[in-house]
Amino acid sequence: MTPATGQPYVWTHKHLLGLDYLSAQDIRFLLNTARGLADVSTRSVKKVPALRGRVVVNLFFESSTRTRASFTLAAERLTADVLDFTVQGSSVSKGETLRDTARNIEAMGVDVIVCRHPLSGATHQLAQSVKCSVVNAGDGQHEHPTQGLLDLYTLAQRLGRMETFDFTGITVAIVGDVAHSRVARSNIHGLRKLGGKVILVGPATLLPRGFADMGCELSNNLDEVLPRVDAVNMLRVQFERLTSQAFPSVREYATFFGLTTQRLRQAKPGLVVMHPGPINRGIEMDSAVADGAQSAVLSQVTNGLAVRMATLFLVVGAQGAAPAQA
Amino acid sequence: MRSIADQDGVAGLIDRLAQSIRRDAARSGKNQVWALVGIRSRGDLIAQRLAERLKDLVGDRVGSLDITLYRDDLSEIGAHAVVRTTEITFDIDQCQVVLVDDVLMTGRSIRAAIQSLMDIGRPRRVWLAVLVDRGGRELPIAPDHAALDLTDGSVPIAEDEVVEVHLKPTDDKDEILIRRKEGRR
Repeated sequence: MTPATGQPYVWTHKHLLGLDYLSAQDIRFLLNTARGLADVSTRSVKKVPALRGRVVVNLFFESSTRTRASFTLAAERLTADVLDFTVQGSSVSKGETLRDTARNIEAMGVDVIVCRHPLSGATHQLAQSVKCSVVNAGDGQHEHPTQGLLDLYTLAQRLGRMETFDFTGITVAIVGDVAHSRVARSNIHGLRKLGGKVILVGPATLLPRGFADMGCELSNNLDEVLPRVDAVNMLRVQFERLTSQAFPSVREYATFFGLTTQRLRQAKPGLVVMHPGPINRGIEMDSAVADGAQSAVLSQVTNGLAVRMATLFLVVGAQGAAPAQA
Repeated sequence: MRSIADQDGVAGLIDRLAQSIRRDAARSGKNQVWALVGIRSRGDLIAQRLAERLKDLVGDRVGSLDITLYRDDLSEIGAHAVVRTTEITFDIDQCQVVLVDDVLMTGRSIRAAIQSLMDIGRPRRVWLAVLVDRGGRELPIAPDHAALDLTDGSVPIAEDEVVEVHLKPTDDKDEILIRRKEGRR
């Protein structure tokens, strides 16, 4: 972690808005910190005093159960106080609501705002209008950095790369609705920075050509891609975001892009199967696959806690000391 | 910068620590389970070397403890905090746990380490073994064993100087140094 020459590495990011804005060294440092925090969850007292007296606010403009629960538990394991703030969609202009709400919350004296918002870039705007740290818990179709980080962590764990967090020689297929997926974007940035190769697979309607510019291979054929990859990340079909007819029917989607037991046989024996949850069983993957030995779905949830603890710990640590940057 | 112990000197001090831990163990009676827990990032190396000398007493009950999350100066060191893994693979409940650190000064690390240990389990007793006690306590903490006691002023240490223990493989060689303070290690 400390290079042989020069200054020791220091984390300087007061906000976590996306993996796009982090260097490979930043990402590895965060994942290593998560490693150090993972054992807190296995002890008799599952709490450390690192953020005692700090306040973390969950500011969610979109419904979420898992991510919010994970952030809440992460904050509580660091002994921070947690305030839940849910704003349901209203007639008020979203931009105004966000700024006003954030300033009101900040006036209560908070240290970190964890924000989920349906608009891409909303957390950037938030970071500019408040003095405390902002953590992006998913903004529109832009990024979901902690999901990307927990996927990287889980992948390293399954592939035996926890010592280096280096994915050189590893290929990951991200399958499904790439166009609308913030999970895909965060994964692409993270995997590419850590040396991995990414193949995006999905129907042409959900796979904009622009993704090739991010250094990804694009494919519409899962059967052809499957034998070449070390891991698959099966994106959830987001019925709430699919407004037009992106594909003819759910059944057709499942036929071409669902991970079935039969299809799994064409894959490498050690294929790691990931899914950001919640799974539409029978659509993105069969129940037998979701619950099978190759599925890392529950590890993803467990690791999410450690990654979010690391995130909260580091952004608070960078307050004051760091120059203002994303 | 001056050296107060070379490789042989360090080995001799670790021998001395091992002997005095052994004496305590002999006095504490039979049926006690002994373990060593070293505080990162030098105490863990000392604990491993003690374990080689105390194989019959501790077996493979050697752990390392990262106290970063328990430090009382987190808000001051901020971004410089580096969290490492705590690796204690055995059950410390009912154990005679010897906490091992390189240099004892203010006692604040030890306070943090004790709190951390208590969150992991309930040892029967916690002992403290350090390679060097340089004095300068800010808390009521005293070592059970200090291989090199500098609190008597036998080696003068100025206010702006630090005592550093270097150990392989983290460092190039084994030695104990006194040097002028310069930022963080």
